[in-house]
Amino acid sequence: MGIAYERTASTPDDSADTARGGGPTSPPIRVGLIGVGKMGISHCAILGAHPRVAIAGICDSATYIASALRKHTGTDTFHDYRKMIDSAGLDCVFVATPTSTHFDAATCALERGLHVFVEKPLCLDPVDSMRLADLAKRRSRANQVGYHHRFIATFRETRRLVQAGAIGEVYHISGSAFGAVVVRPKSGRTWRARKSEGGGCLHDYASHVVDLMNFIVGPPERVLGAHLRRIYSKDVEDAVYATFRYPGGASGQLETNWSDNSYRKMSTTMAVYGTRGKIVADRQECKIYLRSGAEFEQYPAGWTIRYITDLQPPVAYYLRGEEYSAQIDAFIDAVERGTAEHENSFASACETDRVIDLISKAGQ
Amino acid sequence: MERILFGDNQFFGVNHMSEDKARAQAMQFRDTPSIMRVLDCAYDHGIKVFMCTTHDRVGEIADTVRRNSRRYPDFQFYPCMPYAHKYADSVSEVGIIDTIRRFAPGGIMETLIKGAISAATQNVYKLMEILVDAEMKRFAGVRTPIIFLQNVVTDLLLGLKVYDVFAAFSEHIQRKYDAEAGFITMNLPMLVNALEQVGIENPIVCANINKIGFRMCGGIDAYRKRLRSQRCRAIAMSVFASGAIPPEEAIEWVCNLEGVESIVFGASSPRNVRHTKELIERAWGHGPAPAAAV
Repeated sequence: MGIAYERTASTPDDSADTARGGGPTSPPIRVGLIGVGKMGISHCAILGAHPRVAIAGICDSATYIASALRKHTGTDTFHDYRKMIDSAGLDCVFVATPTSTHFDAATCALERGLHVFVEKPLCLDPVDSMRLADLAKRRSRANQVGYHHRFIATFRETRRLVQAGAIGEVYHISGSAFGAVVVRPKSGRTWRARKSEGGGCLHDYASHVVDLMNFIVGPPERVLGAHLRRIYSKDVEDAVYATFRYPGGASGQLETNWSDNSYRKMSTTMAVYGTRGKIVADRQECKIYLRSGAEFEQYPAGWTIRYITDLQPPVAYYLRGEEYSAQIDAFIDAVERGTAEHENSFASACETDRVIDLISKAGQ
Repeated sequence: MERILFGDNQFFGVNHMSEDKARAQAMQFRDTPSIMRVLDCAYDHGIKVFMCTTHDRVGEIADTVRRNSRRYPDFQFYPCMPYAHKYADSVSEVGIIDTIRRFAPGGIMETLIKGAISAATQNVYKLMEILVDAEMKRFAGVRTPIIFLQNVVTDLLLGLKVYDVFAAFSEHIQRKYDAEAGFITMNLPMLVNALEQVGIENPIVCANINKIGFRMCGGIDAYRKRLRSQRCRAIAMSVFASGAIPPEEAIEWVCNLEGVESIVFGASSPRNVRHTKELIERAWGHGPAPAAAV
């Protein structure tokens, strides 16, 4: 009837992902940024503060930010990422351009032997995502996608507890995200408002939720139904509602809405229901309820609330949330180890893209 | 600089511990009079400074203070700009250029864009000044002796290593508003080094300073070292780590930390305002003197 997990208690602190390969004397990892819009500029700052990274090039089709950065920091800037990849002596690139361009940029970088970090979602077509995942694996290059929610400790603890069988057999998972991105008609003049480039609530908000649900219970086998609803946008949906079915019969429900003015910023919640208890988690709290007789590790029967202040490992530099720095630390670590096997790989993002595609088809 | 400052997170649905609490507070403080009731209590208990983000609602609070200058003869605002979510959501919605156009006062950005796109793109200082002036409009006629850059922007500039913008901000604040610049950060040790590099000595910095080291990047020891070295005038925020530390324990720890000049805290009820202020005064009453002159 559901997703069965064997109960395997462990020490609570095995989620940290902070092993480091490079020593203080190693040359810095040379990074090129492709796209310095909202996410690219955030990555640029986190990388700039990273002690083992040198920003060797910045590429953007618009001159605005790139030229300001060149003027104030002296970093080389480019209009064409191919030129940057060929001439800047890079170890890796960060691709933070509209989703429709990810495949070409990531392919180009991988074929030249670079490690690649790509903003989420990986590609619009899951076939392209698969090809990128295969290419990265064949080349043994680090390949990560920016699903930063996986680095929030409350969600990591949720996954750990679920997979350790703490709440028994999972029969339902509910994932939601709400926020105030598109809150008036006629707004939306960027690529995020254009379906063909990867805009819309499905690829933006819902992709995070799908990825987090996959992270916690694994991917669903079917999307039973979906409703993609426009509220203010013309070309894209502003809300996504979908129902999943998992191998073993468990059900899942997704609800996302980026036109909800009552939220100050994106608010993501996961609720997982099992035969022995349930967990409700957001970025601040992980609330665990265990049935009588289902005590697990330090968790007694009844409610336990764990807070982010207690769960989240510190980062060396903070901007907007620990998870943004933690995901980059993890990627730089994978680059230093020269491995294609790590958290948030293209392969796991492929599963997310596959589910997004199923939702899109079910919602037509 | 005042030693005890009143913060505003509780008024605008910001709670780093619980989204439920944040929502409940957003409902409790749905209008300006409900905020003023708590602010009045803080003011009447001798807390003269409201350290606040440049949220739209703060404009209404400034209006109230301005209109009632007899009621609030000593009221000071320490504005913290910008209200980042307003800009971040707008960038997602309409892009960077249109966001600047939306928030800069009418005409100035248009002139820059039409005149020479390269001038607008290259002249980060001018743009910064335009945006600061737009944010400061709502504080016309009220006292703003210290004006802060919010941590999202401070820490972004810090990571990008565009330290010269810190100096330009500081100069603009001094020149135009006869005020001192302050910097909110989650990365205090790194920031103090950066500010010194552009000639900002002994800066006013506001950072999380709490017993459990929550969001104190660089670690508690690096913070202790910087605070002790008297290289900055520190305002401690998030002293309770969003409720993770019991109030008495949190206040006692931070008040005994050498080099903390001021504490900013938020409270939703008159009872908590009184209680926290009493705890701080009691702890400072027999704690060490601050590192630098107040």
